[in-house]
Amino acid sequence: MSERSLYRPEDTRFEVDVEALITRLRPLLPAEGLITHEQGRRAYECDGLAAYKQLPLLVASPETVDQARAVLRICAENRVPVVARGSGTSLSGGALPHPQGVLLSLAKFNRIKEIDPHRRIARVEPGVRNLAISEAAAPFGLYYAPDPSSQIACSIGGNIAENAGGVHCLKYGLTVHNVLQLTLLTIEGDRITLGSLAPESPGYDLLALVTGSEGMLGVIVEVVVQLLPNPLTKQVLMASFPTVEAGGHAVAAIIAGGVIPAGLEMMDRPAIQAAEDFIQAGYDTQAAALLICELDGGEAEVNEQIRKVESILREQGADRIRVARDDAERARFWAGRKAAFPAVGRLAPDYYCMDGTIPRKHLAQVLKRISELSAAQGLRTVNVFHAGDGNLHPLILFDGNRPGELERAEALGGQILELCVEVGGTITGEHGVGMEKIDQMCVQFRPEALEQFYAVKAAFDPQGLLNPGKAIPTLNRCAEFGRLHVRRGELPHPHIDRF
Amino acid sequence: MHTSSDLTAEIAEQVREASGAGLALEIRGNATKRFYGRQARGEPLLLTEHRGIVSHEPSELVLTARSGTPLTELARRLAEHNQMLAFEPPSFAGEATLGGAIAAGLAGPRRPFAGSVRDMVLGVRIVNGRGQVLQFGGQVMKNVAGYDLSRLMVGALGTLGVILEVSLKLLPAPQAEQTLTVNEPAARIHELTEQWLRTGVPVSAATHDGTRLYVRLSGAASSVAFGKRQIGGQNFGPAERFWRELRDHRLAFFTCRGAESLWRIVLPPAAPPPDLPGAWINDWAGRQIWLRTDAEPAHIRREAQRLGGHATHFRGGDRTMDVFQPLDAPLLRLHQRLKHAFDPAGILNPGRLYAPL
Ligand SMILES: Cc1cc2nc3c(=O)[nH]c(=O)nc-3n(C[C@H](O)[C@H](O)[C@H](O)COP(=O)(O)OP(=O)(O)OC[C@H]3O[C@@H](n4cnc5c(N)ncnc54)[C@H](O)[C@@H]3O)c2cc1C
Repeated sequence: MSERSLYRPEDTRFEVDVEALITRLRPLLPAEGLITHEQGRRAYECDGLAAYKQLPLLVASPETVDQARAVLRICAENRVPVVARGSGTSLSGGALPHPQGVLLSLAKFNRIKEIDPHRRIARVEPGVRNLAISEAAAPFGLYYAPDPSSQIACSIGGNIAENAGGVHCLKYGLTVHNVLQLTLLTIEGDRITLGSLAPESPGYDLLALVTGSEGMLGVIVEVVVQLLPNPLTKQVLMASFPTVEAGGHAVAAIIAGGVIPAGLEMMDRPAIQAAEDFIQAGYDTQAAALLICELDGGEAEVNEQIRKVESILREQGADRIRVARDDAERARFWAGRKAAFPAVGRLAPDYYCMDGTIPRKHLAQVLKRISELSAAQGLRTVNVFHAGDGNLHPLILFDGNRPGELERAEALGGQILELCVEVGGTITGEHGVGMEKIDQMCVQFRPEALEQFYAVKAAFDPQGLLNPGKAIPTLNRCAEFGRLHVRRGELPHPHIDRF
Repeated sequence: MHTSSDLTAEIAEQVREASGAGLALEIRGNATKRFYGRQARGEPLLLTEHRGIVSHEPSELVLTARSGTPLTELARRLAEHNQMLAFEPPSFAGEATLGGAIAAGLAGPRRPFAGSVRDMVLGVRIVNGRGQVLQFGGQVMKNVAGYDLSRLMVGALGTLGVILEVSLKLLPAPQAEQTLTVNEPAARIHELTEQWLRTGVPVSAATHDGTRLYVRLSGAASSVAFGKRQIGGQNFGPAERFWRELRDHRLAFFTCRGAESLWRIVLPPAAPPPDLPGAWINDWAGRQIWLRTDAEPAHIRREAQRLGGHATHFRGGDRTMDVFQPLDAPLLRLHQRLKHAFDPAGILNPGRLYAPL
C-alpha cells in the first residue's frame, strides 16, 4: 500500500525493447489505441487498491478482437508481459500494471451484442459494465443476478476474472454460476470458446477454471450470461441484536431453518453508526449488530418465509424487528448498507478492505478475535459483510500519513486473513488474490498445490506472460515469507521487507 | 452401520508406484458407470473402501465425504436434516459412489432448476498423477484463492486426478412436492416451463415422454398449491418412482433394441427438437434429449451441432471410438497440456474421456 516495488526479481526478468515494440504495435492499433507518453500511462497506474501503483511500459487499447489478438501475438513473440484491464476496480491489485509490460485495456469492448429474452441470455463484450447488462435486460423483466457493490463501474470481463459476488449471490450464485459461455484469446493467439449455451460442454470444465483466474490464463473477449426473471415479490426485514454473537448465531439459524434468503447482510455498531450519520436510513444505532434480510419469490412463499424468519430471529434474541412496508422503505433499509463503504470512508483518512470467508458457525468467534487483534495493533475495524455466505469485509481504519499506521494496518489485515484460514475458511471470497494477498497464499496452500497451479498456468501460458507476479506466489516468495515467519517468531506479516 | 475408513496413504502410494512404472490405472468406485465414456483400461484402483462422511454441518449447508461413500448413504443422512444434493445424481444400477458421481458430472431432472454438479462443488482433495495429495477449494460458499481446480474435476472422468474427498453445497429439501401431467406437445416444453417459472410456479423438473408433459413442483406447500392452480393438469401418483427411474435410466424407454444405442443430446434453451430417427425422451425443459437410435454417430453429432448443442454416445455402440463430441484442434491441444499438467505419465484413466487424454 505504499510506493515500493511490489514485484519480485523473478517477476521482472523480462527484457523488452520498448522502441521496437512500439514499432510493431503502432500499425495494428487505431491512433489513440497505443499510449506511450507518461501522462497517458499514469491514468492506468493503479486499480481500486489505489495505494499500489506501477506505471505500465505501454497501454494498448484495441477496438476489435483481431486487434487484441494481434497485440497478444506480438507480445508472445517478443516475450512481453500483458496485464488485462477492465474497469480497474479490483480491490486486490489484480489490474496493477507490470513495469515491463503492456497494459491491455478492454474498455472499448463495450457493446451489448444481443439480449434474447426468449432464451434468457445476453451476449456482451467484456468491457460492458455489470449494471448495463441488467439495464438492457430490464425492458424484458429480466436481470443479471451477480451484483457487486461496484456494479455501476466494474466490467463483466473483470467480474469473470475475479468470480465476483454480490449481495444476492447467497441465493443466485456467484459469477461462475451465471455465465454460460466465454470466448478466450490465449497468449499464443488462439481464439477458443469455453462453455456453451447448452447445459455442459464436452471436455474439461474450462469455463469454471477461467472464472476467477485473475487474467492469468487468457483474455476474455466475449461473454454470454444467463438472465433471470425479476422476482415477483420482495420483502426486506431488519433485525437488531444486543450482541454481535447473537447476530452471528441468527445467521446460522436462518440457513439451518431451511430458508435461503436472497440477501443476508450484517453490520456491526460502528458501521451502523457511520451509515446512519451518512444517510439517515433510520437504523437502530443502539444495536450491537444489525441484520438485513431480503426474501424473494412467489407471494405465498415469501409470506410464509417472512413469518418463519421473524420467529427464528426472535428466538435468537433479536430485540427489534422491522419489516419494510413498501418499496420506498425497502430501498431505505438497503440504502445504509449500500452506502456503508463511503460512510466508513468518512471515519478515517484511509481504510483497507479485507475479504476473508469463513464457515458461518464461526462468525461470532471470528468477529470477536478481529476486534482483539485490532486493539492489539491500536487500530479500529468496522464490519459490514455478506453474513449469509460467511464472507467478511472487515474495514481497517488508518491514517496513511501517520508513520507506521499503514504497516500496522497491513499487518492486521494479514492476521485477519490467517485467522480465516485457521477456522477453515479462505483468504479471499470475491476480491481475488491479485498482488495484495499473494503472501497469504503461502499460508493457504502447500508447495505441492502451488506447483500444481504453476503447471496449470503453463498449460495456458507457457512463457508466463499473462499478469506475472500475481495471484499465485512463487516458491521463492513463499520461502522468503516463511523465513520472515521464523525469524520474527510470530504470525507472518504481509508486504514487509520486500525486495 | 456404515463403515468409515481413510485410505488416502494407500491410494497415493498406488498412484506413485503406477506413475513410476508408467502403468495405467482404471479408477473404480462401484462401477455403476463403467459403461460410460470410452473403454476403460488399466489396473483397477478401487475406491469403495475409502469411504465415510467426514463432516456434515447442517447450518453450513455443507457436506464433506470420501469418494467411496455410496450416494444412498449421503441421501439418508441428508434426509434426516431435510437437506439434499440438488443435482440429483443418477445411481443407475447399484450403489453409485460420490467420487463416481463427481467424476462423471451427471445430474438428474432437477438440474436446470437447481444447478449442475459443478455448481455445488466447493472443494476437493485429490491425488494427481504424480501421487501427490492436493487440496483445492474448501468448505465455504465463496472462495477465489487460486485457480478453481475443484470444479475442473467434475466431468473429467478421473483423467486429471483420483478424487479422494469432496465438499458439496447442499440445499434445503422442499417442504412439499407434487407432479402433474399435462397434455401438451413436446414442442411447447420450453415455452410452457418459462411461462410457469415467470409466474412463480416452483418447477423442479419438466419432461416429455412423447405422450405427455410431466411437471414436478417443489417448494413451500403454499407455492406448490399455487403452481397446481396455475398449471391445471392431472395429478400424477407414482411420481417419486417415475423421477427416480428417469434419473437412473430404469424406465422401459432406456432398454435398447437391436442395433440401437443410447445418445444424450444437450441443446440451448428453446432449441427445436433434433431431426433424428429413433425414440426419445425430452428432459430439462427441452435442453436434454435422450435418444435411442441406430443412426450414424456422425449424423447425430452434426444435427446436435446444427442446433447449437452437442451429443454424447451414452450407452452401447463402439466404445473404442469417440463417445463425446470431438474437440477442435486448439481446444484439444489445451486439454492435452492440462492432462500433462496433472498426470504427466498419462496413467489416470487414460483414454476414457478422449483418446489422447
Ligand atoms: C467500491 C467497490 C466495491 C466493490 N464491491 C465488490 C463486491 O461487492 N463484490 C465483488 O466481488 N467485488 C467488489 N469489488 C471489486 C471489483 O469491483 C471486482 O473485482 C470486479 O469484478 C472487477 O472488475 P473490473 O472490470 O474493474 O476489473 P479490473 O479491476 O480491471 O481487473 C480485475 C482483474 O481482472 C482481469 N481482467 C479484467 N478484464 C479481463 C478480461 N477481459 N480478460 C481477462 N482478464 C481480465 C485483470 O487482469 C485483473 O486481474 C468492489 C470494488 C470497489 C472499488
